[in-house]
This record gives sequence, C-alpha cells and structure tokens, in this order.
Amino acid sequence: MPDRIEGVKKLFTSRSARVETNKGESYYNDLFERCQTRLRELRVSQPANDRLDFSEVLSNNGVDRRDFMKWVSATTAMLMLPPMFSPLVAEAAELMNRAPVIWLELQDCAGNSEALLRSDGPKIDEIVLDIISLEFHETLQAAAGFQAEKQLEDAIKTFKGKYLLFVEGSVPMGMNGQYGTIGAGAETFYDHLMRVSKDAAAVVAVGACATFGGIPAAAPNPTQAVGVMDVVKGKPLINIPACPANPANMVGVVIHYILTGQLPELDSLLRPKFAFGYRIHDNCERRAHFDAGEYVEEWGDEGAKNNFCLYKMGCKGPMTFNNCSIIRYNEAVNWPIGVGRGCIGCSEPDFWDKYAYERPMANAKIKAPAGGVEKSVDEFGLGLLTAAGIGIGIHAIASAIGGKKEDGGAE
Amino acid sequence: MSKKHIVVDPITRIEGHLRIEAVIDENNTIVDAYSASTMFRGIETILQGRDPRDCGLLAMRICGVCTGTHYQRSIEAVEDAFDITIPKNARIVRNLIQGSLYVHDHLVHFYHLHALDFVDVVSALSADPAKTAAEARKWAGVAGVNPYTDGQGEFKEIQDRVAKFVKQGRLGIFGNGYWGNKHYKLTPEQNLIGVAHYLKALDIQRDLAKMQAIFGGKNPHPQSIVVGGVTCVQDIENPARIALFKQLLSDGTRFVKEAYLPDVYMAGTMYADEATDSKATFSELMEGKGVGGTGGGLLNYMSYGDFRLDDTGFYKSALLFPSGIVYGGDISKVQDVDPQKIAEDVTHAWYEGSKPLHPYDGQTIPKYTGLDKRSDGIAYLKTNEKYSWIKSPIYNDTRVEVGPLARMIVGVARKDERITKYVMNFLKRGNLPVSVLFSTVGRTAARAVETELMADMLVEWADELAANAAAGDLRTWTEFDFDKVSVKTKGMGLAEAPRGALGHWVKIADGKVANYQAVVPSTWNAGPRDYKGRMGAYEASLIGTKVADPQQPLEIIRTIHSFDPCIACAVHVLDTKGKELGVYKIDTQCSV
Repeated sequence: MPDRIEGVKKLFTSRSARVETNKGESYYNDLFERCQTRLRELRVSQPANDRLDFSEVLSNNGVDRRDFMKWVSATTAMLMLPPMFSPLVAEAAELMNRAPVIWLELQDCAGNSEALLRSDGPKIDEIVLDIISLEFHETLQAAAGFQAEKQLEDAIKTFKGKYLLFVEGSVPMGMNGQYGTIGAGAETFYDHLMRVSKDAAAVVAVGACATFGGIPAAAPNPTQAVGVMDVVKGKPLINIPACPANPANMVGVVIHYILTGQLPELDSLLRPKFAFGYRIHDNCERRAHFDAGEYVEEWGDEGAKNNFCLYKMGCKGPMTFNNCSIIRYNEAVNWPIGVGRGCIGCSEPDFWDKYAYERPMANAKIKAPAGGVEKSVDEFGLGLLTAAGIGIGIHAIASAIGGKKEDGGAE
Repeated sequence: MSKKHIVVDPITRIEGHLRIEAVIDENNTIVDAYSASTMFRGIETILQGRDPRDCGLLAMRICGVCTGTHYQRSIEAVEDAFDITIPKNARIVRNLIQGSLYVHDHLVHFYHLHALDFVDVVSALSADPAKTAAEARKWAGVAGVNPYTDGQGEFKEIQDRVAKFVKQGRLGIFGNGYWGNKHYKLTPEQNLIGVAHYLKALDIQRDLAKMQAIFGGKNPHPQSIVVGGVTCVQDIENPARIALFKQLLSDGTRFVKEAYLPDVYMAGTMYADEATDSKATFSELMEGKGVGGTGGGLLNYMSYGDFRLDDTGFYKSALLFPSGIVYGGDISKVQDVDPQKIAEDVTHAWYEGSKPLHPYDGQTIPKYTGLDKRSDGIAYLKTNEKYSWIKSPIYNDTRVEVGPLARMIVGVARKDERITKYVMNFLKRGNLPVSVLFSTVGRTAARAVETELMADMLVEWADELAANAAAGDLRTWTEFDFDKVSVKTKGMGLAEAPRGALGHWVKIADGKVANYQAVVPSTWNAGPRDYKGRMGAYEASLIGTKVADPQQPLEIIRTIHSFDPCIACAVHVLDTKGKELGVYKIDTQCSV
C-alpha cells in the first residue's frame, strides 16, 4: 500500500497536522544521541526470543527495502519525530524482537485482539512469528488450562522486568473482584493484573475498557469496573484508548519504546501525544463542509449524499482526540466518518455516557453518568466544548442550539 | 471406581473466559462435564434507560469477534418495535456486512482458534516438502480445485521459517501446546500444510476484514447501521467501492475453496474414525442409542434463520438460512420455531431466580456464590449449586444446540435447495456419511461448507447492490416519527450470528429502553445444567469422549473449540424477578 503510506506521510507532515511537535533543534539532537546509544546497547543484547532480525524477515517475505523505508518514514512522522530519525526508527523496527510481550484479557470483548490481528505495518504473521516475542495471549496461544498458566509463569520469570504488558479489558472491582476470575485457582482479574504487572517494564492499556473502563464502566457500572491506571501504580503506564484501539498506535508505542527505552510523551490522560495530540475534527475530510456550514440533517438526505459534515448528526469529532482521521482503519480502507456516521468519541473517558449517540448534543436524551440526576447533555456537552478550548467557535455552538430549536417539533 | 477430575481454565483460543471441568472414569472416558463462564459485565443493565436508537452501538460491544452481529440484531429489535421496513440498499448492505463477517470469522476460527487442535506444529518440522506438495494436490483434488499452496519450494520456505522459530526454544504463542499427543492424527506432511495455511490465513483475514470496513467504516466494531437503515451512501453509489469489495472477496474465496475446504477434507478424513464412533457419544451413554460420533452431544438443533432475500420486512421475507428445529438428529422432521417458547433458567447460574422466564420479562440480579476453595491451589465449581455466569436457555422445555451445524441441518431438513446442494456436495466429495455431521468434526465441517456458500452469495449481493444503485435508487433510510413510535412498544431481533441463533429483545417506554435482553449463541451452547439437571450443548458434547492423556486434555478443547465459543457474549444474559431461590436437588450423576 505505498500510495496510502505516502498519503499518511503527507498528512502527518502537513502544516495543519503539526500540533506543537517542534521542540527545537537541541532537543532533537539530544534525543537522537540517546536513541543511538539505546539502540547500540540493544543490538549487542540477546534478542528475547533469539529470532530473526526484521530485515531478514522482510527479505524472506519479499518486501523490498524501498517499501520498508516508506513505512519507516510514515511511522517516523506518526511518532512526530523529524525525518532525521527515520534511520533510527528502521533500526528500532529491526530490533523489535528484543521486546517480549505478555497480553492479558480482563473484562473484554476481544475487539483489541482482533484489531491487532488486522495490523498491517508490520503484519500480524510477522509480529507473531518473527518480530516481537508474544509470550501469552489467550485468544491466540496454543496452550490451554494448566499449560497456559505455566506459560505465563514462565514468561514472567524469564523476562522479569523486561516485558511489555498489554492489557485489554477493564478491571471489575465490585464484589471483591469476583465478577472476573481466571485459572484453576479462580484468581480474580484484579489479582491477576497486579501479579503480572509487578514485573513488567511498562504497562500498555489498549482499548476503551482497559484505559477508562469502557462499556462495563458505563452507567450504572454494575461491576464497578475501572481502567488499568486506576489500580496499577508505580509503573510506567500508557493508555491507547479507542474502541478498538488502532493497531498502528499499538505498534507505534512498541517502536517508540524500543527506540528510546521510554514511553512516548503523554497527555494528562496518559495517552501518547503522537496519536492523541489533536482532534478528529482537525484533519477530518468533511471539515470543509463544517466550515461552510453544510450539514447532514437527517440520515440519507441530500447532505448525506453529498458527504456533508456530520456534526448535527451527533459527530463528536470536535471533542475527540485521536488520529483516526489520518490513519483510518483496516489499511486505510475506511473510517466511521467516511462511512457517513459521526465519531462517537471512543478515545475519550466516559464516552458511553457523554458522547455515544447520534443526535446533536442539544437534544440527546442520554443517561447521565454515575446514575445521578439526569442532566441535559447540553450542560456538560457544551461545557466540555468550552473547557477543551477548541476552535470550532461560535458557529458550531450556534448550529447546535439552532438544531435544538428546529428539531423541537417533529423529527 | 476411581474417577479423576480435570479442570481446564483458561480455555484459550476463544473469545472470553471459559472454564471446563470434566470427570473421567478409569478408562479415561469423560462421564461428566461442567461448563462455566467466569466473567460478568452487565451490559443489559447498562442499556436500560438509554435511547433505543443508541442501543446498537452499545450492544455491539457485547463482542468484538462476531463484531457487527449484535449491532445489527439490536438495531433490528428496535426497528421491529417501531415497525420499520428498511430500504433495499440498507438490506443488501447489512447482508454484505454480515456476510463478510461470516467468511472472515469462520476462516479465523478454523485456522487460528481451532486448527491447532488437529495440527501438530512440531510434527510439521519433519515433513518432506516434496511429499507435502503432493499431499496438498491430493486434498485439493478431493475438493475439485487446484491447491492454494502446492510448490515444494514454498512449503520448504515455510518449514524453514517455523523450524528456526521452534529451534530457538521459545515458542511464543505456540509454547506449551499439546504437541506430540497421540490423539493428533495428521502425518508430518499434513501438519505442514496446516501450518502453512495457518500463516497464510493470518494475511488473508486482514483483507477479508476490509470487506466489512468498506460498508461498515471499520472492523472490528463497524459503525454504519442506524435505526431505519444505513449511513454509507457514498460507498454504495461509488462503483469503485463495490469493485474493491468484489476484488477482496474474490481473493478470499480462492483461499476458502483452495485451502480451507481441502484442509477440512483432510482433517475430516483423518479424524473420521472419531466422527463416526457412535459408542463415544452422549446419546449412547445416556440413552443407549449411539447416534453420530465423538462430540455430537445433544442432537437437537435450532436455527432462527437469517439473511433476508427480499424487502417484505421482518419475519415475512425469504431467508438464505431457513428457521426451524430438528430433534434427536432426525433430519426427516423439522418444526417451526416459536419465539414464545424461548425461556431462560438460572438454577445453576449466578443469578437470582426461581423459574425459567421469557426474555421479555427478564432482570439481572447477580447472585455470586463462588467456588469451592481447595488447598492444592485448585478451586472447584460447586456443581450442585450455581457455577456459571451463563444462563441456561431452554426451547419448549428442551436443551438445543445452535450454530453453523444447526443451520446446515435445519436447511437440509427443510429441503432447502441451496443448502442441501452445498452439504451433499461436501459429503459426496469427501466420501463421508451424513451421520459424520453429528460430531466435533461435523461441526467444523458445517462451518466450512457455510463459508463457501456465503462467499458465493456475497458476489450475488454485491452485484445486486451495484445494479440497484446504478438504477438510481439511493435510498438508505426509512423515516419514522420517533416521538410517536417510541411511546410504548417492544420488539425482537431474532436471527443468526456466525456462532448460531442470536436474539435481542427490547421493551421501550417513553422513548427509553425499559428492558433489554440478549440470548446469544454461546448461551444456548455453553449454558450450565438447567432446572431439571439437563446438560447444555458443551457439556453433553464432551460425554463419552476418551482422553488420551489427562494431563493434556486435547480432546476437550478440540470439542469445545468446534463450537467456536464466544463467551463474553454469553454472560450478560439474564432474567428472573427477585424472588428467593428455590432449593433444588440436582442429580449430577446423570451421566454415569
């Protein structure tokens, strides 16, 4: 998909996409040196699984160097690093087999595991067989029962302090954690997570559930589900939200970790800024229609046929920080707004109770979070708009209010 | 009589969290089995009080594997409640989204979640690549196609790649499998074919998922279905999108016909002795009848029917998969499904309740009673009491199995021309008796037959969509007056998921969800004992199976995997009003 790679690169390096990425020459020179040292150290260390180098894998699979370097430059741009880092990113990709991964599933739907299976850069068969050392993954691994538990034990011991722990699914805290148990001894998800995270180098929460609680935590949160960051403390921790998380962002985090030995720069919600540093709205393909005041007003109307802006159909692109308007899904085949449905804000906390509905904020009668007195969504919706300080301005708010008045009558 | 108790938890290569406990006798034959889910989320409770138009997005998150199925069922339940008939474009797009899922999901299930129960990865290392190529040609010949992978060089390359991986000592996700177990029956060459296609299928499935993304926006968790229709206008009117869909489908179909089906013939033939061993069945041990083969289980099969072929609306239109119910494996008779006869029982599930209730009348009141703690680090299920988060669905006071096998059996029993043709063609080519279907192998074979059928149907539907759009019909949504239709109503979305009969029931009052119920395929199949002590499909299917090595319960996971368990889906199914639980004396020794 070289065309798509070119497209991604262009988008990431375009002026409009730059969100405080330029930290100045001395910062990057410094970082460059640190990365070089890190990679040098990694290269002499034994690969976790003693497997092939990525470059060898690529040549085995008939992927030529040029395509690989295109992917590298797109990934470098995605990580918001200047082009001079490209050779280092290539090297990091080649050294990914130094990163053993343990993947836990808690209160999940396996959606993020499925998303990982759709990874295209690198592809999943490369990831599983050649690149990272995926030591434990319930949905994919061969062993079951006692042998599976042993596999996990073994990985924790062998890679103590070195493995990346990916967690999918929320942690039920109600009823002493007994809404979820695993293994012959019926260990609670909470105990399971605490035990396995203890010796992890870093913890990566993937998907809406593992990050902010997701659907199990939606009001009234019957199992008192929470995200990983609410229970795992004292560990480097990163959130890759969305439902499901985009596999490009999962791979990006691993590459960054290999490259720098650290997690990428995070926002206040522990999300990597390279992926969540800007809004869906900033790079939306329908943005011009928003600016022109052209909206879809009803499913299947003339606006829908002309791909107008979906804001009045409840699109939460202006409030949602994520890079899906750029990298999209399934090798950029499509994305929700492309398919004529607004963004539901799935990379934001509590989105099920705040954002996930198809009508304008003004007349969405949705359940208020925490089961309290039902507020009109307007109150916190518009409040959030202001709080986020986003530049959609009076125009959008006026539209929303206008929509309320217009829609006050018959639908 | 000395009996051993086997605990398998986690059951891996499934969606969700499942535990199986089995009791084997002195001959290592399973005489008792218990299926338990160990995770609860409470999604129906979360749905209560919300706008019915938003249910689809939430209900979809019941499962990320059969993704989009719950979405569609939920939207349809609301449409049924509002009495909406969707436009033709919307119907076809939904069939395309759902049909793509079938092809994708069945393929992933066979290769990545099930194949390693038949294929010994380590054995593949000693295969002769030249003989492997010949073997691949042989099984493709059985299927009447050219082999997908037939070059000696290609097999050698794959073998080298895997050899390197294995020799390094750390097997990653292949670590600690039951390699070398004597109930693996394929030759090294056959195993190499299996491994080669396992890896190739990882690649193919990425492309198959794109088919769903074209009209769904993404996979997993598509986003283009709304109450009244679909939103993907530009993807319908753009011929290039439909062409891309057909291109991806064509590549995927080639793999289905040239790899998947030949591989199922290969496994089916090599494991045919088990599939036809009528002595090792639930029906033999329970009733002395010996129908079917290993893993057959209940022998009662139910399908709600699915994939509407015309625009006459809910429960009136012609269906690709007919609905019906077949009892006791007797395909000469078939009965209609009456939704009124569906009920759920919680006698052995961790919920409060005292009698089976229809889904419209349910509530969720967890009543967790835990496991027995033992000192050796193993906690056993309290099988005389409650032991699972999954309820026990009952149809007309009977336990039934659902899934691709049920769809194929009901189709044949209904004398559906298309389904009968695909099923009989499969059996004839593989030189397999009809009775082979009532087994673990048959369940796996039925899924493959269905995949081919679906892949062929998708071409027709894609053309139908293109023709309709070209004729100028761009209607994608049916208007409705929400304030009027949502005052007080109820509806159901009753159709099929890849894993079997799936129903969503919704009651709506004053524009909000008053009650919500989903009874999902894995609930039908994975449910625990019911109020009469009768087993569910998983439990029954294990009875009679001989376990070669109790330390490596390969046969247990093989049979359980043949159902394609999807457990997160199954555990938020609820009912019952909050009354005191009655005390029941359950005969757990029913199988001995």
